[in-house]
Amino acid sequence: MRFLNPILLAGCLAITPFAAAFAAAEEVVVYSARIEQLIRPLFDAYTRESGVTVKFVTDREGPLLEKLKAEGANTPADLLLTVDAGNLWQATELELLQPVRSKTLESNVPAHLRDPQGRWFGLTVRARTIVYNKDKVKASDLSTYEALGDSKWKNRLCLRTSKSVYNQSLTAMMIAEHGETRTEQIIGAWVANLAVPVFPNDTKVLEAIAAGQCDVGVTNSYYFGRLLVKHPELPLALFWPNQAGSGVHVNISGAGLTRYAKNPQGAAKLLEWLSGIEAQRIYADANMEYPVNAAVKPDPVVASWGSFKQNPLNVAKAGELQAAAVRLMDRAGYR
Amino acid sequence: MNPSRTFSFLVAALVLAPIAVIFSSFLTPADDVWRHFASTILGELVGNTFILAIAVAAGTTVAGTGLAWLTAVCEFPGRRFFSWALLLPLALPAYVIGFVAIGVLDFTGPLQTALRNLTGSALPWFPPIRSRGGVILVMTLALYPYVYLLARNAFQTQGRRLLEAGRALGLTAPQAFWRVALPMARPWIAAGAMLVVMETIADFGTVAVFNYDTLTSGVYKAWFGLFSITAAAQVASVLILIAFVVLMAEQVTRRRMRFTSTVPQASASRIVLAGANRWMATAACLIVFAVAFAVPALQILVWSAKSGFRDFDMRLVEYLWHSVALGILATIVITTTALLLGYSGRRNPDPLTRFALKLSTVGYAVPGAVLAVGIFVVFAWTDSLVPDAMRSTLGMPTGMLLQGSVVAMLIAYLIRFLAVGYGPVESALHRITRNIDEAAIALGQARLRLLARIHLPMLRAGLATAAILVFVDVMKEMPITLMTRPFGWDTLAVRIFELTSEGDWERAAIPALILALAGVVPVLHLTRASDWSRYP
Repeated sequence: MRFLNPILLAGCLAITPFAAAFAAAEEVVVYSARIEQLIRPLFDAYTRESGVTVKFVTDREGPLLEKLKAEGANTPADLLLTVDAGNLWQATELELLQPVRSKTLESNVPAHLRDPQGRWFGLTVRARTIVYNKDKVKASDLSTYEALGDSKWKNRLCLRTSKSVYNQSLTAMMIAEHGETRTEQIIGAWVANLAVPVFPNDTKVLEAIAAGQCDVGVTNSYYFGRLLVKHPELPLALFWPNQAGSGVHVNISGAGLTRYAKNPQGAAKLLEWLSGIEAQRIYADANMEYPVNAAVKPDPVVASWGSFKQNPLNVAKAGELQAAAVRLMDRAGYR
Repeated sequence: MNPSRTFSFLVAALVLAPIAVIFSSFLTPADDVWRHFASTILGELVGNTFILAIAVAAGTTVAGTGLAWLTAVCEFPGRRFFSWALLLPLALPAYVIGFVAIGVLDFTGPLQTALRNLTGSALPWFPPIRSRGGVILVMTLALYPYVYLLARNAFQTQGRRLLEAGRALGLTAPQAFWRVALPMARPWIAAGAMLVVMETIADFGTVAVFNYDTLTSGVYKAWFGLFSITAAAQVASVLILIAFVVLMAEQVTRRRMRFTSTVPQASASRIVLAGANRWMATAACLIVFAVAFAVPALQILVWSAKSGFRDFDMRLVEYLWHSVALGILATIVITTTALLLGYSGRRNPDPLTRFALKLSTVGYAVPGAVLAVGIFVVFAWTDSLVPDAMRSTLGMPTGMLLQGSVVAMLIAYLIRFLAVGYGPVESALHRITRNIDEAAIALGQARLRLLARIHLPMLRAGLATAAILVFVDVMKEMPITLMTRPFGWDTLAVRIFELTSEGDWERAAIPALILALAGVVPVLHLTRASDWSRYP
């Protein structure tokens, strides 16, 4: 008899998803590479307002794309939500997304932060910028990403691994601007300036700069914000590079309508709402990112870092050149 | 063809399906990626992989076997406590131990910071934790319990008369260990080391924390960086082949050896360590326990406290329930399958069956996310076979027969973790002589009765080992859980993934700790069960 229970249990568990799928109210299904704590508040707010249920499942970007691909026309997903333009670009390459025509989206999202064909739209902006130790470096010593390869930064630079998609996108944008040969020289010069082996994440880079293991590094703005909120005493400051040139490298988190969406109207409505004022405010507060919608002000802490010129090149370029960037970084010995 | 043989071929086919999907990548050329790897990082990846696998296998074998000998056969202060406590690191995912090790020991960590403040120097002599030595150390600490648990099993079941005979013939205690006990424990130790090797070459989380690039890092670089799932699957195929060759080689070297014990129940007194040895044994156990479990667990606890336990809400109960339910169901499915396969191997000693059995266990050597894709492709394909007519009559939503059901998750876990269940069961079967079977059959016992009345009691320790390992491994598993879970079926491991993927290690502390505690309960319970008063 003791064995009966697990078997019954297994039976009940197996039926659960079917039972859930029979629920009648309108719902939108989201596959998300953004994690639960960042998206749940948004979807809860949307459900309160519209009565539409949002069901979602999270995973990493690569597996999510493969899941969509394997499911094909059978997919339950209506919307794909992910970070990094490279992943969204790859989703369009695999023909997993379909275009949305919407005046609302086109006016809320600046042109360089969405797919020209409307297959995905940026929802938040993150700036990849320079961070330095205030006790050891003056802001006037800094100018551009490229200049971090100068010999004066020898043994003073900290970087995150080249396996981070953020560094791959930054390198891809440099390729778009300078071409491969020049970019490879710059990356090689960065590697030669490293004070310590590369770190697995941005937070470790920031901690190393604060501890004096190195003086300057490159990280996303929100990691800086999160760390400083917790430890305001750290001697760290942000610097906006390339202001006289192409501008700060920005990346996005964004979303697109899946090709075989079962509820395309509902999904497009949710997408529009996500670019609207209320959602943008929730989004920006949750992770210290910049809203894409110019009508919404960033979090006060984020606003205190000052405004800056963004690189106006369409972020899709980062996806297009990502593989080239990875190869280039391998060649340059950036691990 | 008898049913048991058919069964082993069916299981092999089940495991082979996703592996075939992975190997089918060779139908599409990915020469450019291979050329790129060959001209840049391939040599380093291969070298790193082999060095890591060999070093961790050696480290875990020495530590696991040594500690098992101490707690299973010797007597020293704290022996009772350490006999189960040394299993606890099993409950901590290796990358968590790695992250804590770096957090504590790196330049920015509390230890070096304090030392710098004390001495005023930059401590150039301090060994860098973010290094090859560091990753080897951490993986050894995280994985030695596999060898420990199996070796302990071996020492407990090998019968003390043999050792006593050796001692009577003039062997010293160390000689008895090297010449009698160790050779008799070989299949167990080898099975444990095999699990360690497979886990090591397929690991992504720990090597990523150390930025130590292995072939598995290459898999993910090809996939996420170069957008070539084809090349990724090809690199993963190479890993599968390496694992398979190692598995077969290990089997060939111990062919025709017998490890049965005619008097497994003979109980005898322990070897009572005297003098300095007593305390050295205690110290060795204490150091390993502290470094592999106590310190990381404490550090996690401190981090949770610092984050004010702010994520401590009722949803954690739901995650825990999902983790435990999946763990228990998967343990039942996998241990039962492993037992049936073990018997099939015993009844069918032909090379083809043996080949099929080994094949059934390679799922453990595949990088998790790649195997998850392979499995998912098979599920999606199976679901696409369901005729639309049937869907409409049954009112089923499209594409939702296997995909996103708990049954599918269990099948996926079976494919992934069969090796973990099979190793201990197979080793345990080695102890049962065929004479017992023959005697029982001669006495007119039916096969099932034989299993129930004679074998099961002898297999108890082996089954308990298999169950512990599978349960804990399933609860820790991430990529397959992420990809195949139904909507809303988030587990503790999923939660840890979500928090750590944004670098929120401190907030991940609570689910990690609950996961560890949930793993501890069966460890405690089952080690007691397997210890049942053989050595009082």
